Amino acid sequence: MIEKNGVPSMNQVKAEFPTQETLAKPKAIIECYKRIPCNPCETSCPFDAITVGEDINERPRIDFEKCTGCGICVYNCPGLAITVTQIKGDQAHLKIPYEFTPLPEKGESVNVMSRSGEVITQGTVTKVQAGKKQNKTALIHLSIPKEFLYDAITIEVSYGS
Amino acid sequence: MQNKEAIVIGGGPAGLTAALELLKAGASVCLIDRNERLGGQLTKQTHMFFGSEKQYASHRGIDILEILTNSLGKYGNKLEILTETTVVGMYRDKVLSCVSGDKFFKLQGEKIIFATGASEKALPFENNDLPGVYAAGAVQTLMNEYGIKPGEKVLMVGSGNIGLIVSYQLMQAGVEVVALVEAADRIGGYLVHASKIKRLGVDILTNTSVKRAIGKDSVEAAEIWELDEQWQGIEGSERTLEVDTICVAVGLAPLTELLQQMGVNVKYVNELGGNVPILDEQYQTSVEGVYACGDLANIEEASSAMVEGRIVGINAARSLGRSVENADFRIKALRHELKDLRGGPPGDKVRKGLKKLGVAT
Amino acid sequence: MRIKEHPILELAEKPPIPFYFNGKLLYGIEGDTIASALHANGIKKLSESIHLKRPRGFYCAIGNCASCNMVVDGEPNVRTCITPLKEGMRVENQQGKGRIHAK
Repeated sequence: MIEKNGVPSMNQVKAEFPTQETLAKPKAIIECYKRIPCNPCETSCPFDAITVGEDINERPRIDFEKCTGCGICVYNCPGLAITVTQIKGDQAHLKIPYEFTPLPEKGESVNVMSRSGEVITQGTVTKVQAGKKQNKTALIHLSIPKEFLYDAITIEVSYGS
Repeated sequence: MQNKEAIVIGGGPAGLTAALELLKAGASVCLIDRNERLGGQLTKQTHMFFGSEKQYASHRGIDILEILTNSLGKYGNKLEILTETTVVGMYRDKVLSCVSGDKFFKLQGEKIIFATGASEKALPFENNDLPGVYAAGAVQTLMNEYGIKPGEKVLMVGSGNIGLIVSYQLMQAGVEVVALVEAADRIGGYLVHASKIKRLGVDILTNTSVKRAIGKDSVEAAEIWELDEQWQGIEGSERTLEVDTICVAVGLAPLTELLQQMGVNVKYVNELGGNVPILDEQYQTSVEGVYACGDLANIEEASSAMVEGRIVGINAARSLGRSVENADFRIKALRHELKDLRGGPPGDKVRKGLKKLGVAT
Repeated sequence: MRIKEHPILELAEKPPIPFYFNGKLLYGIEGDTIASALHANGIKKLSESIHLKRPRGFYCAIGNCASCNMVVDGEPNVRTCITPLKEGMRVENQQGKGRIHAK
């Protein structure tokens, strides 16, 4: 239970996803399950796809028609609660926020983690965006087997610095 | 003794914005901070802030500090900054005794703004005085200001935003967070922060607390146990975790000692962190010309502290006879910002506390 | 114990600062406080409790709690967590309440 251990239920997760047909194009998945005073997702979106509204404590709502999956909200979200997902054949393509060193490199094979912190599969890093715009919240593009669409959330951090 | 137009005590988020608003209105400000650097707790906040654009949401605390200090830089000799200066005495006639190095001096201010912040609470458990048992903010200071790891393996105690954020920051510094324990039956802070550490493998254990620290000269292990509904430890549920650091994040208490020295009326309000000054609509204390804002007034996020600082700065400037452009409109807008920041479930506690204090929210 | 790499902070190399801890030569770096330099050298015990002589380290690291009080250049009760490290400082574990000597 998310209030007890930080892990949302599969129902909670799936409620934030559009249909698989919609995911033929990249879409932002916003996992902001509890009302908190925060709205950078809304103000950072160049396409007005995300609405929090007058009361900044409301949970963000997304218009998947307007969302282009650009990923700007992903590195602007202070809670690192947004990812971008797309289905391409038998693969799911993810864009995730990442704030650890060293950054993975393009082509690298990485351990993919579930919301409860377990390694569930391997993924391949397809691109790393870590420029001025991202301001130290890197945007990692990942390719993973499609079956882990609803389970994958981040990549394993390697310790040892 | 030197006389000042406005004295701001504490250069954290509330003090900085209070000083800025006073300067903007043309007042002279003497800003006092006991640290080498201004910024208070902003100096170690490496995470992005919540809130809205008005409170610099999505900017990291350390970057917000830069924005604020850059703005201060515009006011030249209207602003006097006394760092490494501790206010050690406070008198009813608005005289302050200060110590800086081996110098002792007195100042008097027409208006005095208190933004002294808060201190971290401790938690009673066996061997809680062992080196290696550190307050969460201390761990943050060590890592993010001095670039030093507090240890290699950490047990975090407390799941408020500080406990959750510092756990994440420990991982960013390359330190393993073995577990996070929370005595209550649910996570106290923002769930997005909790999910962020959970997905990286940190166990979050609710209804659990630390029973004792184990070690001779410093922490070598921690014993944790489960708590029943009355928050009592359950015999037989003990587990030993191999850690060299126990990080305590169990809340903050406002630093009201100086205010109390000058006889300001305070009230104990549990929801606000402890003794807090009783304030009027203007954020003025029971002593005329003395204001309070930030964590000193109620324990909250730095975003709210910055807004309160602005309100106090404008009010103090006006009572100094300075003209503030669109003052009424700005105060109204700032109050609205506070209402927004406190409007959701995370603001329940503060709203309840302020109500007890008789403050309209 | 120093962090070598950090995703957010720029940790530039800084010049070393020599100082003495209980007579032994150690090095901190520019920007350190006394307590941070000691911690970086793996020294966690800074003082002893007054009556039971239990080991004490720092607790708050912002000058509130007095758990880090040490004798520095002969002066007792120095809050080492907020006192900048200076070259040649003589830092010692404090026993008891500390004695003030005439300078």
